[in-house]
Amino acid sequence: MNGYSDAVIWGIIVALGIGTFALRYSFLGFLGDRQLPEWALRYLRYTPVAVLPGLVAPLVVWPAATDGHPDPARLIAAVAALAVGIATRNTLWAIVGGLSALYLALWLIG
Amino acid sequence: MSQTSAIKAAYWRGFRNGLPFLLVIAPFGLLFGVAATNAGMDLAQVMGFSVMVIAGAAQFTALQLMGDHAPVVLILAASLAVNLRMAMYSAALTPHLGKSKAWHKALVAYFMVDQVYALSANEYETRPEMSRAEKLAYYAGACTPVCPNWYLATLAGALVGAAIPPEFALDFAVPITFLAMIGPALRSLAHVAAALVSIVGALVLWFLPSGVGLMIAALAAMVTGAQVELWVARRKGALL
Repeated sequence: MNGYSDAVIWGIIVALGIGTFALRYSFLGFLGDRQLPEWALRYLRYTPVAVLPGLVAPLVVWPAATDGHPDPARLIAAVAALAVGIATRNTLWAIVGGLSALYLALWLIG
Repeated sequence: MSQTSAIKAAYWRGFRNGLPFLLVIAPFGLLFGVAATNAGMDLAQVMGFSVMVIAGAAQFTALQLMGDHAPVVLILAASLAVNLRMAMYSAALTPHLGKSKAWHKALVAYFMVDQVYALSANEYETRPEMSRAEKLAYYAGACTPVCPNWYLATLAGALVGAAIPPEFALDFAVPITFLAMIGPALRSLAHVAAALVSIVGALVLWFLPSGVGLMIAALAAMVTGAQVELWVARRKGALL
């Protein structure tokens, strides 16, 4: 992997493993039946939709494979994956829809 | 029904309910194996991710930010932020499993993935008469088809990954996977508003060092989601 030594990669893996386990074990193991305050739950509810769209947006608009130039096939695939996901509420169908659209668009417009 | 047969029945009920999720886990794990291998990780590192972290969205997040050469602190912060929801799962399971033995709870925590949590929370809700042993058995049953196959799918992806030619455009499999997770998560106006702020923020702040813009955009998006939720609730209250 470019830019990171093997030791750093393993450090990331181990730290992420421990951190994720700590989150999963938190209430079961340490905090018991204590209730999270309402405001904290309200923020937690939005963490996935706060992080994932921002992570993916630059990858869609400026894909690395086309040297950062917007690419019609990849844009079409992105819209398809999102639309199928919203319509079916199903991650698997959304992946299938996105990949199908990608290959179809690459084949049609190259 | 005797004690042991009730526990066995609970295990197999969990197993049957978990089985359909194989269809999600297998391609998802496969993609991670392929993407991580193509990003230059060796087999042990790819497997290390899936065995030690065992959380798809966070693994893809880390992988993507490593591809951008983001600082380690930001890689960890973003990936753990994606996993914050698991603290909610842990809180929700505590009334049911909190009094189990410590090593049982450690296993429950290690295997706490979205699908197993969702199945178990639903089962405990609909069958409140279950004993704690039955609840643990159901949980273990739901994990059985889901979790080991996460490792196997990752392994398969890592082994074939290097052999897949660039014409397959697998560079874009990771964005598609993220987008596929976002669609079903847009459950309310507040979720949509948070997602939009996250997108606009990340694009506008793209000039910042990798990972920094995302962090700011994500914080703004969380605040937006919470505020929109409050606003919608107040409006509903005003209408009643």
